[in-house]
Amino acid sequence: MEQMIKLTIDNKDIEVVQGTTILEAAKIIGVDIPTLCYMHLEDLDIEHNPGGCRICVVEVEGRKNLASSCNTKCVAGMNIKTHSMRVLNARKTVMELILSDHPADCLVCAKSGNCDLQTMANNLGVREIHYKGEQSTYRVDYSPSIIRDMDKCIMCRRCETMCNVVQTVGALSAINRGFETVVSPAFEMNLEKSPCTYCGQCVAVCPTGALTEKDHTNHLIGDLADPNKTVIVQTAPAVRAALGEEFGMVPGILVTGKMVAALRNLGFDRVFDTDFAADLTIMEEGTELLQRLDAFLKGDKKVKLPILTSCCPAWVNFFEHHFPDMKDIPSTARSPQQIFGSIAKTYLANKMGIKREDMTVVSVMPCLAKKYECQRDEFKVDGDPDVNYSITTRELANLIKQANMDFVTLPDEDFDNPLGESTGAGVIFGITGGVIEAAIRTAYEIYTGKTLEKVDFVSFRGMEGVRSAKVDFNGLELNIGIAHGLGNARKLLEEIRDGKSQYHAIEIMACPGGCIGGGGQPLHHGDASIIAKRAAALYREDAGKAIRKSHENPYIIKLYEEFLGKPCGELSHKLLHTHYFDRKDVIE
Amino acid sequence: MGKYKMHILICSGAGCRASASELIQNKFELVLKAKGLENEVQVVTTACFGFCEKGPIVKILPDNTFYIEVKPEDAEEIIEEHIIKGRQVSRLLYAATINKEVVSNAQNSGLHKKQIRVALRNCGFIDPENIEEYIARDGYSALGKCFEMLPQTVVDVIKESGLRGRGGGGFPTGLKWEIASKYKADQKYVVCNADEGDPGAFMDRSILEGDPHSVLEAMAICAYSIGADQGIIYVRAEYPLAIERLKVAINQARQYGLLGNDILGSGFNFDVEMRYGAGAFVCGEETALIYSMEGLRGEPTIKPPFPTESGYKGKPTNVNNVETFANIPVIINKGAKWFSSIGTEKSKGTKVFALAGNINNVGLIEVPMGTTLREVIYEIGGGIKDGKKFKAVQTGGPSGGCLTEKHLDTPIDFDNLLAAGSMMGSGGMIVMDEDDCMVSMAKFYIEFSVEESCGKCTPCRIGNKRLYEILDKITKGEGTLNDLDLLRNLSGVIKDTSLCGLGQTSPNPVLSTLDNFYDEYIAHIVDHKCPAGRFKALLQYAINPELCVGCTLCAKNCPVNCISGERKKAHVIDFEKCIKCGACMDACKFNAISIQ
Amino acid sequence: MAKVKSLTDLKKIKENFQMKMDLIAKCDAPDSMFQVKIAMATCGIASGAKEVMNYFIEECSKRGILALVTQTGCMGYCYAEPTIEVTLPGEEPIVFGDVDLKRANEIIEKYIKNGELVDGIIPVNYNTID
Repeated sequence: MEQMIKLTIDNKDIEVVQGTTILEAAKIIGVDIPTLCYMHLEDLDIEHNPGGCRICVVEVEGRKNLASSCNTKCVAGMNIKTHSMRVLNARKTVMELILSDHPADCLVCAKSGNCDLQTMANNLGVREIHYKGEQSTYRVDYSPSIIRDMDKCIMCRRCETMCNVVQTVGALSAINRGFETVVSPAFEMNLEKSPCTYCGQCVAVCPTGALTEKDHTNHLIGDLADPNKTVIVQTAPAVRAALGEEFGMVPGILVTGKMVAALRNLGFDRVFDTDFAADLTIMEEGTELLQRLDAFLKGDKKVKLPILTSCCPAWVNFFEHHFPDMKDIPSTARSPQQIFGSIAKTYLANKMGIKREDMTVVSVMPCLAKKYECQRDEFKVDGDPDVNYSITTRELANLIKQANMDFVTLPDEDFDNPLGESTGAGVIFGITGGVIEAAIRTAYEIYTGKTLEKVDFVSFRGMEGVRSAKVDFNGLELNIGIAHGLGNARKLLEEIRDGKSQYHAIEIMACPGGCIGGGGQPLHHGDASIIAKRAAALYREDAGKAIRKSHENPYIIKLYEEFLGKPCGELSHKLLHTHYFDRKDVIE
Repeated sequence: MGKYKMHILICSGAGCRASASELIQNKFELVLKAKGLENEVQVVTTACFGFCEKGPIVKILPDNTFYIEVKPEDAEEIIEEHIIKGRQVSRLLYAATINKEVVSNAQNSGLHKKQIRVALRNCGFIDPENIEEYIARDGYSALGKCFEMLPQTVVDVIKESGLRGRGGGGFPTGLKWEIASKYKADQKYVVCNADEGDPGAFMDRSILEGDPHSVLEAMAICAYSIGADQGIIYVRAEYPLAIERLKVAINQARQYGLLGNDILGSGFNFDVEMRYGAGAFVCGEETALIYSMEGLRGEPTIKPPFPTESGYKGKPTNVNNVETFANIPVIINKGAKWFSSIGTEKSKGTKVFALAGNINNVGLIEVPMGTTLREVIYEIGGGIKDGKKFKAVQTGGPSGGCLTEKHLDTPIDFDNLLAAGSMMGSGGMIVMDEDDCMVSMAKFYIEFSVEESCGKCTPCRIGNKRLYEILDKITKGEGTLNDLDLLRNLSGVIKDTSLCGLGQTSPNPVLSTLDNFYDEYIAHIVDHKCPAGRFKALLQYAINPELCVGCTLCAKNCPVNCISGERKKAHVIDFEKCIKCGACMDACKFNAISIQ
Repeated sequence: MAKVKSLTDLKKIKENFQMKMDLIAKCDAPDSMFQVKIAMATCGIASGAKEVMNYFIEECSKRGILALVTQTGCMGYCYAEPTIEVTLPGEEPIVFGDVDLKRANEIIEKYIKNGELVDGIIPVNYNTID
């Protein structure tokens, strides 16, 4: 039985459930108390309320000091003032203190216009910083995916919660004391030497320019301008569901056609779809699943189940760091980005009659780990990477803005072929549960030889951190596990390690919500409902597709006929599969 | 007593020496010799009796007669009357001001003894590494007594005693125990907070080093009353001797079956383990301490929930500090009434203070709550060093403030100190004299807070740094009047908005000096001078032309050649070039150079 | 060591120990023991209490003095460390401050051997609760 309590906020009486914080209670009556370090991603069940910034303080009658509203619970009879003179002075002074230890280079900051600190300083009406003094200075830490510029850190420590609590990666934590306190990898090492997986969730929640992605757009502009280069681009499914947000469109609108038009405008020679590569991934991964399942059922002791998906590069980094003893469990199929690159620089280059070294492959990804992935040595041929640059949704938006396009009014255009056609299965790769749904659509038909009538596996969908579902394969019941967020993945991995896992196949995506919630997406600024809207958009696109099973993609069929032979065949193994490394040293 | 029949003890503490105790000693020796008694009566000096206001003090052994305000000319009479005729010199005896009853026997009177040792009862008395000595002083009998009581009754006794937490906050200990006892859980913990961190405070260390068993016994009593079976002592790794003695004590208690299962046949189980803190000040805050014990970064978190509800590993955890625990066995043995008869209305019992600074008898003292600052400084502490003038006493460490002349007669207890703008804190008491600069004192404590802030919340992390910077500016003579407004506003906001007690109290030294020594701030800012002459940047050496004879010694000693002047004529210092080393002043034989 | 199983056991230990100490302290026989306690807290040790303690142990045995030398905690007189407390048989304990080796020698020679007081006595300035 929930107990209700009565209190007063800004002279308004209100009744709330016991346990409600002052911040939540105020919201109910339309009082929006400003916050800075606080973050509540309701849909993802992630709450961060350390009460560190002290911006959200309010006056509680009878209390000697101000209370941080984000983590102080309502007590019956409280009389709260959220904008008394005492509160406003305290809030402004605290903001001035934060700004007094923050570089004033907003005009050239990557986060300018998109910065929570900037917005809040403006909202609080700070026009002067009375408290001046020493500013923290740290060296900038460049990793393949993420740049840490801790001079801009305001110690909100959202990144720490994402890295440690949500992702259980443990790369970032507060070190030192007092004014010297800073969020950093252990011993102030570079991120590259830490257990960081480059999932980018820290970047996704950073309120300032302290954590940003490594920007590759300048290299890209150079290659586009080079007449000797054939520059082709692939775009991941999650990008089209979010790109519009960067241009003021409401979340959840698919902008596939406009995106293709914009990319063509930018000067890309061919605009392709990573979804095509996703279909190809399903062919390989689905076949691998069936092969392993078959051998397992026949009692082959060398074969292990469950099989784990391997499309997510941050997830790959995670198990290479934390679970190297289990590196033979994930599928060996490369991620769609790398599968695309590999096919582009072999099959496509051959078809187009150009040399490998004259082709630049660019990927537009919702992801920061992809930046790291594309420069891994195993994805290079004679030093030439299959994918040259991986840019984020945000970087693409920036390029479009630089190229003077009015994105919203661009007419829709279609992808090029042959690597631009995809099925609905490829589209849903961008959402948690989507990869396994796509794989099951194909594996079912191959295993049973029957046509799958109902392709929507609703039981795979949703935002719960760990989900499970059963699928009937002609009397064989398959147990499917799904986890998004690396902390949830860890739970399933530990089950496997303890021999307690009942699953045949598990899908794992590092980012909460899947790629649609990736570290390279437009910032949600704490509104996680945006992620669900992006998911809905992709499911809509899937539902509207004529072909919704990867193995029915005519260009995929043609690719196997013309080039690859059969799934998991010899050439597939060379071009589309990979192997994993023991990288436990980074956590020891 | 050996070859002498009687002894005349003459106090040679700083206070009495200032009032001619040496002359008195000489006089006594002379008179004894004149009367041929030098082989029967011996004159010896002693350290301070802690009664300097009535000094010089002379005590006669073996009958313990205690004479006050003795003058050299009294020697004759004391020897004639007392030593030879065996009659006390009543006019020199100490008369209690209240009942006018003349008190002569120092040992029994207790009147000049301002201290009562409760928490320190065994310190300096027993061998801390010998459990039998502790047992011989009634050790572990309180625990045994508790087993004959219901746990709730034990809580009630502690509640009735009025004991309040000695770590600084002054929360009623019995109430804390009661709250912890009310929560139902499969596991509860008793934690001893031995993370003493105030600058200049060392009472917890002394108790752990001198009487570790009293803490163990008290923890067991607490565990029995709240329903815990595991105790943890969180002690600073910088206290190796305390750790060593605790280890010995824990092992001995286990050997004697006073820790472990079925203690004293009661069926009650309790054991204690130790955790070491890296000496972070903030870990004295109980939520930060618990984080630290769990292996996490020592950072405070919001209360509620209090540790008594959800503490170590999420279980109900009762945290008390060392001195609080040290009081427990005595309360059980002597009763709540006895304990609450000591002290003031709202602060019962005694408090241990580490007396430091410019005071003669630096040391560890224990006085009943309600003792005045004057009694502590002048009667126990032996007054200010070198006969200087008292300026202030800092209590409560970096969270406290300073008490001044006007507070000298305020009875010391939790509430009075708060009302005076300071706080009890853990018991550091630093005495400052006229030569101490209060702005730099504030700066010292803020610097401590800057270094010890955990960095979690903005006001403490950045605010204290800015306070420090402003104070630093002022002490260098570069402050402006506007800085005083900034100091006040910022101090207020830090108090108002900080997450934990460390931040909420860190500006106290600034506010308290602004309140009590505003003119010193003004002197630094407006006159660019430090009234206490403490700061090089603000010092100015000058030669008094009337005293200077032109010997040139100062000029010869000046390392930067900034003194000029003709031989036999007054010299002059070039202020621009002067590095304020003071070499000239040391060299001058005519006292012609002074600091302005 | 047998475990203490009850309050009665505890009392027994207490009584035995006290009897032992009483024999030492209260007996005024010429060959009875002297008791020397050295304040060995961090503050005392830092000012040389360990050396002083060793000196007493060695010198008393060398000079044929039967003395029980033990350590104890802080006596509170930080301004006069190292501090020691000496109890002659049948006498009140006396605390001496600033005891370096020279003064230790003086205390043995004058006070312990002859009962002559030496300078530097610290008057006990607190009440005990017994």
